[in-house]
Amino acid sequence: MAESDNIVVETAEKIFADLADPQTINNDKTNSWQAPLWQALSEAGLPLAWVSDDLGGSGASLADGFALLNAAGRFAVAVPLAETMLAGWLLAQAKIASPEGEMTVVPASPKDRIALDADGALSGRARGVPFAKTAKHFAVLAHGKDGVSIALIDAAKARIEAGLNVGYDHSDTVTLDKVRPVAIKLAPKGFEQTHLMLMGGVARSLQIAGALESMLDISVRYSNERVAFEKKISKFQAVQHNLARLAGESAAALAAATSAADAIANARSFNDEIYLEAASAKIRCAEAAEKGGGIAHQVHGAIGFTMEHILHRYSLRALAWRDDFGSESYWAVELGKLVANRGADELWPLVASR
Amino acid sequence: MTAALRFDPIRLPEKCEQLRKEVRAFLAEEIAAGTFDPHKPNREDTDAPEFSRRVGARGWLGMTWPKKYGGQERSFLERYVVTEEMRVANAPTRRFFVADRQSGPVLLKYAPEHIKMDILPQICRGEICFAIGMSEPNSGSDLFAAKTRATKTDGGYLINGTKIWTSSAHIADYMIAIFRTSPPTKENRRHGLTQFLVKMKQPGIKVNPIGQITGQYEFNEVVFTDHFIPDDHVLGEVDGAWKQATSELAYERSGPERFLETHYVLTELVRAVGPNPDTRSAEGIGRLVAQLHTMRRMSVSVAGMLEAGKEPVVEASIVKDIGTIWEQQLPHRVRDLAAFVEETATNRETLERQLDFAIKTTPKLTIQGGTTEVLRGIIARGLGLR
Repeated sequence: MAESDNIVVETAEKIFADLADPQTINNDKTNSWQAPLWQALSEAGLPLAWVSDDLGGSGASLADGFALLNAAGRFAVAVPLAETMLAGWLLAQAKIASPEGEMTVVPASPKDRIALDADGALSGRARGVPFAKTAKHFAVLAHGKDGVSIALIDAAKARIEAGLNVGYDHSDTVTLDKVRPVAIKLAPKGFEQTHLMLMGGVARSLQIAGALESMLDISVRYSNERVAFEKKISKFQAVQHNLARLAGESAAALAAATSAADAIANARSFNDEIYLEAASAKIRCAEAAEKGGGIAHQVHGAIGFTMEHILHRYSLRALAWRDDFGSESYWAVELGKLVANRGADELWPLVASR
Repeated sequence: MTAALRFDPIRLPEKCEQLRKEVRAFLAEEIAAGTFDPHKPNREDTDAPEFSRRVGARGWLGMTWPKKYGGQERSFLERYVVTEEMRVANAPTRRFFVADRQSGPVLLKYAPEHIKMDILPQICRGEICFAIGMSEPNSGSDLFAAKTRATKTDGGYLINGTKIWTSSAHIADYMIAIFRTSPPTKENRRHGLTQFLVKMKQPGIKVNPIGQITGQYEFNEVVFTDHFIPDDHVLGEVDGAWKQATSELAYERSGPERFLETHYVLTELVRAVGPNPDTRSAEGIGRLVAQLHTMRRMSVSVAGMLEAGKEPVVEASIVKDIGTIWEQQLPHRVRDLAAFVEETATNRETLERQLDFAIKTTPKLTIQGGTTEVLRGIIARGLGLR
C-alpha cells in the first residue's frame, strides 16, 4: 500500500476519508454526498492540480497529480476528479485557462475524432465520455486543416446521450454540431490525440491499481473474519492461494501504473519508451482488474455480489475503467505493431531501456 | 490497511547503461567467436569454463562483494544489468551463476575469514562452480524434513545420506548444503539443521546424473557415505540453518532469470511475423510485451529495495510467482500465435526448434527454486493470513 508521502495526497486522503467513505456513500441512495465532496476537493485545488497558477489551477507536479489519482482509486471516487484533472492538463498544453467546476475530455477514445472546420466550429461524435452528463465544460482535442487544436467548450452547447458504464458512473455520447468554443488554440507542435489517450490511460491505470489495493485489503480483512467449516476462511489453503494471486495482480498493476506515471512525469517527449510504459500500464492494469477483481469476489462469496456491500464499488469501476482512453485490446494491437515495426532485435533494447 | 506491498518505480542509473553497452559488446564478441549460439538455448553441453573465466576477468562475478574478496563493490542494479543481458543472449552461465547469485553471499555472511579469503576470489575469477544441496528424496518443498545426517566426529562431521535434484552437482567444485545435526524439537520442527560448505570431488561423495524430460542432464542425485567435513566448514549457527535460509530468498527469487528463461521464443516470433503483423499477431505480441515490461519493472523495483538494504521477501516471492507462470505460459502463447506464421518466414525452422525445446522446459519453471505453492504460502503469511 503506497503511503501518502506528499501533501497533495495527504490532503486528498483526508477529504476522501471524511466525505467519500465507500460504506457511507454506498448507504446513501440520494447522492447527497457528491456536492460536499466536490466542494472540498475544489477548495483544496485538487481538480485543477495539473494547471498552473496563472491558468487558474493549483500548480501541482505531474508526479503529485498521478499519486492523487492512485489515492482516488483506493477510494473508488465517483466524481469527475480524474476527468477534470485531465481536461485542465489538456487545456494547459495550449495555455488555455481552466474554468471552475467539473470538466471532462472529448474525445475519450482513440477511435473518435472531432473536426475543426474553417469557420472555427467543432463537429463530431465521441462515445464513452466519462461524466459528460455532469460536466460544465469540455476540453476538446480537434483536428483541423492546421493540425491539432485544443478548445474549451460549454457543455450546454453539446448534445449528450446519457449512459452508464458497468460501474454505474456516467459514460455518455457527446455530439458536437458546429459548436463555437469558448477558447481555442493550436496544440503545441507534435502534440497528438495519442498523447491525450496515453495520459488518460495512465490515469485510469493508477485508479485501477488503487482499486485493486483496496480490494486486496478488504478481501484479506473479510477472510480473517468470516468463519466457515468451523474456521476462518483465511486458514484454508485454497483461499490463501487465491489471495496471494490477488496480491500479485495488485502488485503488477501498481508497478506498471506507477512506472508509467513516473516515466511521463520525467519525460521530455512522447517517444517509444514512454509509449511502451503507458500502453503496457493500461494493458496490464486492465488484465489485473479482471483477474484480481474476480478473486476478490470469489473470496467474498454471495455477500460481495450484493449492492449493500462495498466491493462492487471497486470491482465494477476497475472493470469499467478498462474501456476509457482505449481498451487493453486496442493498446495491445498498437503496441504489437510498434514492436513488430521496430523489429525483433530491437525488442529487448526497448524493454531494457530504463 | 493490511498489505504493505510497494513496487516503487526504480530507474537504472546512468552508469548501468554504460555497463550494459560493455556487456553487449562482450557477448557479441563471444558469439562471433563461436562460444555460443544465442538462437540455441538447447545446447548439449551448457558448461563453458573458459567463458566463465572471461566473464570473471571482466569483473562481472561477485560484483557487489568487498574488494578484498575479489569483488568490485558495485551495486545490485549493476549486477542486475549483467544478469539480464547474459540471460537474454542465452549465454552459458551455468558454471558461475549459482555461485555469483547465491553461494557467494552465503559465504560472505557465514563463512570464517580464511575460507572467504580462499574461495570468494576464485568465484570472482570464474574458476569454480557451486551447487545447492537442499532437496532430498523425501524432502523437497518441505525443507525442514531433511534427513541427511552430519554426525559429530573428531575435528568435524561425517555426512551420510542423499541429496537430489541437485543442479550442476556433476561439474560443481563446492556445494552449500543443509544437513541434520540434531533431531527437531517439539516446539520447533525447523530446529536441528545446519548449513555446511561441502568440497565436491572428494571421497565419500558420489554424483549420479538424472535425465530430465528436456533430454538434458542438469540435475543429479548426490550420495554421501561417511564423507568428512572439517569444523571450519560449518556456515553459521549449528542447528540454526532455519534462521539463515530466509534472507537468501529475496536474492534467489526476484532476479531477471525468474521471467526470462523462455524469452527467446518471443523475440523469434516477432522476427517471424515481420514488420506488418495482422491484428491477431499484433494483439498477441502487444499483450506479451506489456506483461514482460511489467514483470521487469517489478523485478527491477525489488533489486532497488535490495540495494537500499531492505529484505523484500514477500515482494520477491510475488515476482517469482508471477514471473515463472508468465515464462511458463509464454511458449504456449507464442505457439498459438505462430500457428499462422507464413510458411515463407525465413526463421520458421529456428522458431519451431526453439518452441520444441521451450515447451519441454516449461513444467520445471514453477518448481525449481521454490514451488508456486510454497511461494503463495509465503505471500499469504505476508498478508497476515497464517
